[in-house]
Amino acid sequence: MSLIRALTSTRDQRSMHITDWLTYGFLLLGVVLMFGPALWLAASSLKTKSALQEFPPSFLPMGQKEIKLADKPDGLPVYLVPNGAGQSVELALQRRIGLIGLFIDPAKPEADPVRAKMDEVKPVRELTVAWDNYAEPLRRFRFDRFLGNSLFVTIVSTVLTLLVNSMCAFALSKYSFRGRDAMFVFILSTLMVPISVILIPAFLVVTSLGLTNSLWGVILPPIATPTGVFLLRQYMLTIPDELIDAARMDGASEWRVYWRIIMPLAMPALAVLGIFSVMWRWNDFLWPLIVLSREESFTLQLGLATFQGELDTQWHYLLAMTMMTLAPVVIVFTLLQRHITTGIASTGLK
Amino acid sequence: MTHHAPDQDSRTLSAHFARGFGLAYTGLMRALEPPFAAIQKRVGIKGMAYVFVAPNMIIFSVFVALPMILNIWYALTGSNRLMIGERPFVGLDNFSALLDCKDYLDVNSCKQDRFWRAVHNSVLFVALQVTAMVALSLVTALILNGKLRARGFFRAVFFFPVLLSPVVVALIWKWILQRDGLLNALLLSSGGERVAFLHDASWSFFWTVFVSVWAHMGFYALILLAGLQAIPADLYEAAEMDGTPKWRVFWRITVPLLLPTLLVVVILSLIRAVQAFDEIYVLTGGGPGTATQFIVQYIYETAFANQVHLLGLAAAASLLVAVVLMVLTLLQLRISYHGKTS
Repeated sequence: MSLIRALTSTRDQRSMHITDWLTYGFLLLGVVLMFGPALWLAASSLKTKSALQEFPPSFLPMGQKEIKLADKPDGLPVYLVPNGAGQSVELALQRRIGLIGLFIDPAKPEADPVRAKMDEVKPVRELTVAWDNYAEPLRRFRFDRFLGNSLFVTIVSTVLTLLVNSMCAFALSKYSFRGRDAMFVFILSTLMVPISVILIPAFLVVTSLGLTNSLWGVILPPIATPTGVFLLRQYMLTIPDELIDAARMDGASEWRVYWRIIMPLAMPALAVLGIFSVMWRWNDFLWPLIVLSREESFTLQLGLATFQGELDTQWHYLLAMTMMTLAPVVIVFTLLQRHITTGIASTGLK
Repeated sequence: MTHHAPDQDSRTLSAHFARGFGLAYTGLMRALEPPFAAIQKRVGIKGMAYVFVAPNMIIFSVFVALPMILNIWYALTGSNRLMIGERPFVGLDNFSALLDCKDYLDVNSCKQDRFWRAVHNSVLFVALQVTAMVALSLVTALILNGKLRARGFFRAVFFFPVLLSPVVVALIWKWILQRDGLLNALLLSSGGERVAFLHDASWSFFWTVFVSVWAHMGFYALILLAGLQAIPADLYEAAEMDGTPKWRVFWRITVPLLLPTLLVVVILSLIRAVQAFDEIYVLTGGGPGTATQFIVQYIYETAFANQVHLLGLAAAASLLVAVVLMVLTLLQLRISYHGKTS
């Protein structure tokens, strides 16, 4: 019973009750569990390869300080070396001979190297942000290509979805014609036919049309979404017919009625569908996995999933690529948070 | 030095963006006006309805309706050929092969043991995942519905993972669960022992359930929250005036009025759980062994990933899944209908 009381009694405004503590405890745990993993990913993605291999890991991207000397192309690792007078100085490790290290002073590189035992020196750690993790995948793994493919698929299919679905919804809601109700029921009856149930024949259709390994093979099949038609039709039903009749009297063509009157008035529903379409296409995985088998046509999700198999030891790239895939969604979410949450709550779409 | 405040810059930027978008829209629609006007001249106003419906219905028929019918043909034919003309008719062979089991509870007695292992895994997964999902999203929704400071923030916190792609979700958790990952570091530092989370069958199964609940819970919590907020406030006020105890208010008002929404959430999460694939595929690959291989992965691998593409078998399996989904959908419709009449 105490749980239920905990869940219902936050309404009164007296001082913090035990139930309020439980509530905020739950919420705090929620923040840690829901945000924590993504935050950990973000922090890890900035670490250098060697910093990622440290165990136990640190939260901030700490790494050993390195110094570049004029005559050497590679940076030398910096250590704190005891100088015999009870103090330590920062010296760069030039060479190692067994347990002894030869250290040189970065300020006086020409001076003779100092010898010190390796177990007496301490590595100097500093904040090292590995921006290369982000830049390298773009150059080396055609990640820019995947990004472009994903953008193309997302934008084109969202535009087409909005156009095609709204045209259909306009006819279904504002005309009476033979077969209208049959069409609507037909569309509705497939509301729950997920792509996973028709994978093979859908692949046959795409193959027959010569669309395998083409981004159009990914774009076209999911365009005629039953959910989109349903959502837009329900919304357009609320637009008064008088507006359409008036426009027709003024000599507007049907196409003009559609784009000048219906579309602007259906904006809220279009916005919801648009946001969802972007989310669906950007995150799509199973269908592209089947249609696209050549690397140059991969979307971001496919590229990422493929690399996670191949680059298992190269987490520094993998994490940065994951961050780049995640970033657009987070940006869109922060900008449109209210639209998305009310959109889901009012339509039950996802 | 800039003379604009950064805020003003971003506002003009979004204004430019909106105007550009508006211009593109107007331009495209205007350009389409003459052809459509020509069509209208031929078919008349009434006929335009079919023109508007056509693009959607064509795409729909070709990519959704036609495949639904073809799927039955695939299930009734054999061989590994994709082209339907080249496939020999085998009747119900694929179904009898799938259903050939001495004991349905013993996977090893089945001819298609991989299929039945996937079925068993899916049943267990669905049972655990839906229970956890509904319970947690209900608690979250109830808490978010209470009088809270920063409710919008907390709502966003729970909702945020819903937007992440399955691949990203899987990689986030793979990074935490791996051998030298964060979780093992926390375990070791608190005196525990290192666990191979993704290489141990039971742990791996647990994490597939956990990760998919983590990723989708916010969605159901949001639907339940909308359901809670639709309950008229005066009911609660009346109960408060009568001095009704809180738990009684919960059982007598909140529960019955939320029930329709709750049932929709149960069925929706069932439908989704039956189809679980992408996060799990990337997180565990179905492993270790076949410990986390579920039914959609079986269909995908049987049809496309294995060396011999057993399309008929996979199509038969997908028809069985379709039947389950159909029953669930009808159940949902029945519940919503029942909810409205009573």
